Amino acid sequence: MNSFEWSAQCPIPMAGTAGQVLLAHGEGARLSRRLIRDTITSRFRDSGSSSEFGDAAIRSLRDARIAVTTDSYTVSPLFFPGGDIGSLSIYGTVNDLVVAGAEPRWLTFSLMIEEGLPLTLLEAILESAAEAARRCSVEIIAGDTKVVPKGCVDQLFINTAGVGELVSPVPPGPAFLRPGDSIVVSGDIGRHGIAMLNARGILQTELPVKSDSGSVQSMMHAVRQCSENAVRCVRDATRGGVSAVLHEWSEDGRVTISLEENWIPVRREVRGACEILGLDPLYIANEGTIVIAVDSASAKAVVDLLRQVPGCEGATVIGKVCEAGSCPVTIRRAMGIDLPLDEPSGAPLPRIC
Amino acid sequence: MKHVDEFRDPSRARSLLDQIRRQTTRRWVIMEVCGGQTHGLLRHGIDLALEDTIELIHGPGCPVCVTDEAKIDRAVRLSMTPGILLASFGDMLRVPGTSLSLAAARAEGASVREFYSPTDAVTYAAENPDQHVVFFAVGFETTAPATSLAVLQAKKRGLRNFSLLVSHVRVQPAMELIMASEANRVEGFLAAGHVCCVTGFAPYEDFAGRWGVPVVVTGFEPVDLLLGIAECVDRLEHQKSGVANCFGRSVALEGNRNAQSVVDDVYEVCESRWRGLGVLCEGGFRLREEYREFDAEFRFPEQSGKASEASGKAVTPVIFSTCRAGEVLSGRIQPCACGEFGSGCTPEHPLGAPMVSSEGACAAWFRYRLRSIGS
Repeated sequence: MNSFEWSAQCPIPMAGTAGQVLLAHGEGARLSRRLIRDTITSRFRDSGSSSEFGDAAIRSLRDARIAVTTDSYTVSPLFFPGGDIGSLSIYGTVNDLVVAGAEPRWLTFSLMIEEGLPLTLLEAILESAAEAARRCSVEIIAGDTKVVPKGCVDQLFINTAGVGELVSPVPPGPAFLRPGDSIVVSGDIGRHGIAMLNARGILQTELPVKSDSGSVQSMMHAVRQCSENAVRCVRDATRGGVSAVLHEWSEDGRVTISLEENWIPVRREVRGACEILGLDPLYIANEGTIVIAVDSASAKAVVDLLRQVPGCEGATVIGKVCEAGSCPVTIRRAMGIDLPLDEPSGAPLPRIC
Repeated sequence: MKHVDEFRDPSRARSLLDQIRRQTTRRWVIMEVCGGQTHGLLRHGIDLALEDTIELIHGPGCPVCVTDEAKIDRAVRLSMTPGILLASFGDMLRVPGTSLSLAAARAEGASVREFYSPTDAVTYAAENPDQHVVFFAVGFETTAPATSLAVLQAKKRGLRNFSLLVSHVRVQPAMELIMASEANRVEGFLAAGHVCCVTGFAPYEDFAGRWGVPVVVTGFEPVDLLLGIAECVDRLEHQKSGVANCFGRSVALEGNRNAQSVVDDVYEVCESRWRGLGVLCEGGFRLREEYREFDAEFRFPEQSGKASEASGKAVTPVIFSTCRAGEVLSGRIQPCACGEFGSGCTPEHPLGAPMVSSEGACAAWFRYRLRSIGS
């Protein structure tokens, strides 16, 4: 028997993580946002850069209004169920333009290749990217290729930048969110992230989950059929998942967003994998799923229009916008109690037991 | 989803809540031992729903929180040693030892990789013979069978490049310590369901009898947790101690004999230092003599000293004496009673291990309570 009283102390030292970029800074959650706001964009303000954080920047060029965006793609493995880094690098940038309200026109395409990458692999990825560009009706008009010594990148990184022409009506953005507005998702969530975990062999099963990687053009087209001025904002829920989008909207729109856990569409296999790994589908990345905030009177119309798009049969309302409360996003769990939906700092790490 | 949905059934949960409220004549103090249960209770708002009925105290069952700083330092040093890959559960990466966490060490160039299963690390070692893979074996009796199995597999495959840095802990000695403490307020326990899957609940009979407390084996879903609380309240109201099993779909009296046997084959019980609590007699496991070749501390005895020395940087640990993590871990106070909670101490700037770990009580409070609606 232990005969003493506890030492009752476990403070941890503060040294160590300050002053370094950690992997957690790249996971789309709270630390990512802080890095972007406090460290990166704050330095470019003088050059006239935007302080808004949508998926693309919008500028006027004589008569045309254009949207510009860029994204870098690092995925492991390069091929995964439902896609590969090539098509992903096209769809990702196209989708950022599309949800900003633009018709994507031109893309740049840059490769950073690790020496030793099998040429056949590169060719397969390029074929896939070219096919995706054809499907999205975008032109690749510029590019760059760098080969770096082994170990400097992991096989292959791709950067694409895109320019699109704005098509009115353009969703005005989170500043126009109003209490009562509905939050809609275009389909079941979490498939891309779980497909990636599965492709890495982490689940050790043949889970029939494919990434949702694809263009959201037809979804946006459907949303546009809805009555004028009803749509407030649209985002694709990539890294950080639906949670990251809603946290940004809440902050930018100064509102609270309330979700109903029971309404959130999640496939059985995805939910099962999340249960096993202790993850929440709301935090898991999608690559072809959009979140829409819409006037509640038009919510049903948007859902009905989306459900006619192949692959969007699961489109549904998942929550609503409320007056700003003490937390940005809440979720009504199974017991019927509204609880805060936390924004993770970095990647959600699977629990030990 | 089978085995999940029926244990999240709102109407069943509500009727159990009513039953508990009706039956309770005073505000009993019940400790849920496991960090997973703490998160379940807070995630579903059960502690709020029962706020006036019972006091739920969070136990020390968060393996990441109680892992000794010295072991984490050792893991960091090993990860900085050329030729060694430090393999770990993801949870463990963020918690600093006396200076660095494994995540911070990785940012400085150390070899750290997260694995979902210890046996995956064995496979990785077999495929990468040029690296020595050290798996950081942390956790309660729940994870010990998996790390035992990893050692047995490595031995069978004749691997010379795999070892464990063992920091396993045992749950019952911590419960003994809680009851033996003069400041103890706990009147009943929800025993950790996953631990009992392995150990069974026979070992608690003697404990419950000696201390005259009810011990209820409890699962993790809302209905599981409420069934456990209802049983515990029923026993307290009727002055009945003893052990009850409310997680029957997973736990048997004798537990999982196969799992016990692999653990017993590979490990022996030893004294163990717990972060925040001190040294616990019979509080942990160590590898048996015959598995010494798989003991990283035996294989790499030269790796001693502070982690900061290995990194070549002078890191002066700043210790925050205002952190009351030890009291949280021992169930003496709730996280919100600590003056630093939510202001000086957040998941990004944690002062104590229970705020770092996803299973820690302070992290659970920050996540689900700090900004609760209306508060």
